[in-house]
Amino acid sequence: MARSGARRQRSLHQRTRPAIWLAQHLASARDALCRLLRTPLPTAMTIAVIGISLALPAALYVLTGNLRLMVSNWDETAAISLFLRQEVDDATAATLAERLRERPELEAVRLIGREQALREFRELGGFEGAFDQLEDNPLPALLAIYPRNTQPEDLERLSAALLELPEADFARMDSLWLQRLRAILALSQRAVFIFAALLGLGVLLIVGNTIRLEILNRRIDIEIMELVGATAAFVRRPFLYAGAWYGLLGGLGAWLLVTLLLSLLQGPVSRLAELYGASFRLAGLDALALLLVVGGSVLLGLTGSWIAVERHLRGAHPV
Amino acid sequence: MVEFERVFKRYPERGEALSDISLRIAPGELVFLTGHSGAGKSTLLRLIGLLERPSRGQIRIGGRDLASLKRGRIPYHRREVGMIFQDHRLLPDRSVFDNVALPLEVMGVGHKEIGRRVRAALDQVGLLARERATPVALSGGEQQRVGIARAVVARPPLVVADEPTGNLDPDLSREIFELFERFHYVGVTLIIATHDLGLVAKMPYRTLTLSEGRLVNDSGGW
Repeated sequence: MARSGARRQRSLHQRTRPAIWLAQHLASARDALCRLLRTPLPTAMTIAVIGISLALPAALYVLTGNLRLMVSNWDETAAISLFLRQEVDDATAATLAERLRERPELEAVRLIGREQALREFRELGGFEGAFDQLEDNPLPALLAIYPRNTQPEDLERLSAALLELPEADFARMDSLWLQRLRAILALSQRAVFIFAALLGLGVLLIVGNTIRLEILNRRIDIEIMELVGATAAFVRRPFLYAGAWYGLLGGLGAWLLVTLLLSLLQGPVSRLAELYGASFRLAGLDALALLLVVGGSVLLGLTGSWIAVERHLRGAHPV
Repeated sequence: MVEFERVFKRYPERGEALSDISLRIAPGELVFLTGHSGAGKSTLLRLIGLLERPSRGQIRIGGRDLASLKRGRIPYHRREVGMIFQDHRLLPDRSVFDNVALPLEVMGVGHKEIGRRVRAALDQVGLLARERATPVALSGGEQQRVGIARAVVARPPLVVADEPTGNLDPDLSREIFELFERFHYVGVTLIIATHDLGLVAKMPYRTLTLSEGRLVNDSGGW
């Protein structure tokens, strides 16, 4: 029988093996999708849960990404702004700047003289008329100090030293709060990863449980398929595809949610930026992040269903 | 085609279901397997389809020792054994056509070929007109014929049937047996478990009788 059986199989398999394999996969994928669509409400709910779970870390990722983008625009900010006394004129300020430039711990010193400050202030808008009424320039000269070393303690020390200068009035450490902001950003990025890991685990469990119920529902189908000679792979395939579909649709749902969220935030953010005389457009999920969200979601769905299939199809074989 | 050599099957919960069964069935034979319920008929057929493994002894189907068959090869073995059950074992949410197509689908047969073979099988059992129906819309006899069509659609050399007429009235039972006879004429080996002794007596075929797990009578053969 072995030989006649083999001949029989060959006559049935008129197509080549890869073609059969591909056709069976396509059929399984289509079949799994049709099954999901046959129960639209439960399917939609599962997809929504996956979508929301993944949208949360994705949105956080996008928002911290935007913040980082904003902060990187400020990289030129001087570490210390040293405001000079009102009576120090531009010429004295310039000599002071020259002197400071010779100090080895300083990378650069930029002088913004009183005249220049006034000009810039005028250009900033909103104050055109106000300054014309003043008899003399109320703005002090400013030295923007860029030290080599930007450790917070060093900055504190340097700023104290600079304030000792007779010409100095007060110093503002611009970069210090920028550093704090960066630290907070790093923290929130870490938080995004933790959230993503936890919620990813959640997605895994959701898909695993959904597939487990599906397997229990179709116990009889599975048994019958095995009776007529379905291989384990053939039986598993539709469930694995169902998991992948859940993942794909959930991932796209997450992307949709994030896009929606950003479009809701874009208006207020632009208004806020306008108030600071800047323009800022929120960046959406970039291609890589999109790939990560959707691809990761598919992978999570596949893994979840694989776990369910491994656990619950094992016991189905009588032998 | 089928050889049992000193086969035992013991279940932990209900003891010995088959003890010391030795038999040989030649290719192309039609054999009835009778005995009261619980005599071990179903167990014997389940061993042939590798739904279960024997506790002891050797079973050879088509010259192949089933004990040497690894788990992963079992599906391929089942493709060469058409199985028919008393409760039909049809998929309730699929059409008659899809039910019969299942063994071919599992084997990866192409669409066109499936269509041809399924219709041929349905034609043989007289259900060509009902291919779009779902099993629940069919009578018990029709459902059983769908089960038979499914068992033979891939043209397995061996077909086993477990009480195929258990729930049917005598007229329908005779029809089913005539159907089996037709497969017998084209060279299929058939083993049919039944307790319909009246029908068996009217047909000129070998009969194996089981009682309490033992083979107590063999009307003919080797």
